Amino acid sequence: MSADRAYLTGGRMGDGLARLAGEIARIDAGFADAGAQAVEPAVLQPSGPLLGLYGEDIRARAFVTNDPVEGELMLRPDFTVPVLRLHMQGGAAPARYRYCGPVYRRQEPGSSRPTEYLQAGVEILGEADPVAADAEVFALIREALGEVADTATVRTGDLAIAFAAVAGLAAPERWKAALRRHLWRPAKFRAVLEGFGERPAPSPARAALIAAAAQGDDALRAHVRALGPLHGARPFEDVLARAKELVQDARATLPRTQIDWLEAVLAVKGPSAEALAALRGLDENAALRPALDRMARRLDALGPGAEALPFDASFGRSLEYYDGFTFEFSAPDRPGLPPLAGGGRYDALTSRLGFVGALPAVGGIVRPEALLAASGGV
Amino acid sequence: MAGSAPDRIILGLPSKGRLRDACFEWFAERGVTVEGTGAEREYAGHVVGVEGVDLALLSAGEIPRELAAGRIHLGVTGEDMVREKIPDADAAVSLLAPMGFGFADLVIAVPDAWADVETVEDLDAVAGRLRAELGRPLRIATKYHLLVRRYLRANGVADCLLVDSQGATEGAVRQGAAEAIADITTSGATLTDNRLRPLADGPILKSQAMLCLSRRAALGPARAARLDALGLALGLGPLASSSVPQ
Repeated sequence: MSADRAYLTGGRMGDGLARLAGEIARIDAGFADAGAQAVEPAVLQPSGPLLGLYGEDIRARAFVTNDPVEGELMLRPDFTVPVLRLHMQGGAAPARYRYCGPVYRRQEPGSSRPTEYLQAGVEILGEADPVAADAEVFALIREALGEVADTATVRTGDLAIAFAAVAGLAAPERWKAALRRHLWRPAKFRAVLEGFGERPAPSPARAALIAAAAQGDDALRAHVRALGPLHGARPFEDVLARAKELVQDARATLPRTQIDWLEAVLAVKGPSAEALAALRGLDENAALRPALDRMARRLDALGPGAEALPFDASFGRSLEYYDGFTFEFSAPDRPGLPPLAGGGRYDALTSRLGFVGALPAVGGIVRPEALLAASGGV
Repeated sequence: MAGSAPDRIILGLPSKGRLRDACFEWFAERGVTVEGTGAEREYAGHVVGVEGVDLALLSAGEIPRELAAGRIHLGVTGEDMVREKIPDADAAVSLLAPMGFGFADLVIAVPDAWADVETVEDLDAVAGRLRAELGRPLRIATKYHLLVRRYLRANGVADCLLVDSQGATEGAVRQGAAEAIADITTSGATLTDNRLRPLADGPILKSQAMLCLSRRAALGPARAARLDALGLALGLGPLASSSVPQ
């Protein structure tokens, strides 16, 4: 019904709206007290930065529209990217921002998920002590949940450990790059990783390419040129370069022990203190040590009870920009509700959006409508 | 349309060309004659021998939409069109019978000169290189946005961008508008002419003309009986039970 909102019956007028507005004001005041300034990014965002970050898939998840002058636009599917773009256009680091407003998501046919819902969030950019900033955002979001936080289920993770594990593999750099690129697509990541462990017999075309490359650069060039003209943006030299890499890769495999080690690291889960101990136990080559030391400092910074927070080394791999601490709060007895709140660290996002240099950043959002639904509705 | 006569059902067929003729033949081979009627014979007609079935001659691209909306009960169109135009195709439509014509494979094709690319996995690797080295996505020209996007997603392909191309898609690479294409092909000759080659790990979809039943068209007892009668005449058995929404 048009009078309903995401996760709420009613809430668009009268007392219901007043209760929701009160809840949002309470959340916003908490973020304001932490020194975050209010920002209001445009609902209509240029699609370029979002496509650059999420790829073609975002066109299936965001509402896409067109303006004859401004080109392809999207109704903002989240706040993080629009807020970062605002910051890049006029803000100076360090900076703290808070916001609240609707985001818009296309859903698959038959889905009961809402296409429009509210997010209230906070982003801390350029903080000198990232561990303290992680703990502060976690505390701010937990505070924003009010009494619901006492009964909420928490999940945490730290993708910096996953990235450190990839970096610690005894493998060529380009194999690591391929794994990093697919870290947020766990099924593909696993397929790529397993692919390094086995080299099936090459197809006839691949065998011919390898044979040509083995005869030297001139033979390889002649082989590729003979196949046909090259159109599009891909340079001829790139075809040659990848062909040479394929020749090398056809002879090399990643030892099974390395594959198993990486999969074991990514599979660690349990109470934070136990998970940390398990990860230390796996870290024979000290590849993970800086990331694990940081996790230990964060557990200290999070304060009493942090050692028991559920930790999952793969948690956060579904959202393509987290690269550090991740967390989420859910209502355990309300399976119909989405996570009530969540967030994490995304240090590399600014450079992935095309800006020079990385800006350490951590943030989190609350879903006020879901929160209100979890505490009894409007 | 479907609402206009509560005891009649509507069969939507392509209004033009080879596809229309092949449809008429397919029905004729099964002893059911479909023919245009009166002054509007190019748009409307009826089915001879089965009572209460009206014919709507529609552009092939409209048939999936009309089936999904439940405005026609039965329709003939390519499976590629059904799955591209209807996001929840299996919930909206029941594919009753492949018809043995209109064969077309939806494929991703790359330049012949991409010596290093044979599979969709290779395509993904090249897309990653273009992103890393040139800061741009790998562009794929297509009009099959939904099917191609779902295929890329299911195969974990990142860093691709679909570029809309509603016709002469094979030329998009030569023109520099895309690095690869995704389009339907029958013999592959047009791809070859354009120095393109399909990926070796199979088409995204092997398509042909399908007789389709809408799961969303309203059916009373009278219409259900007519649908069953038509199904029996075509040798497909009673059809009304197939139209129950899933």
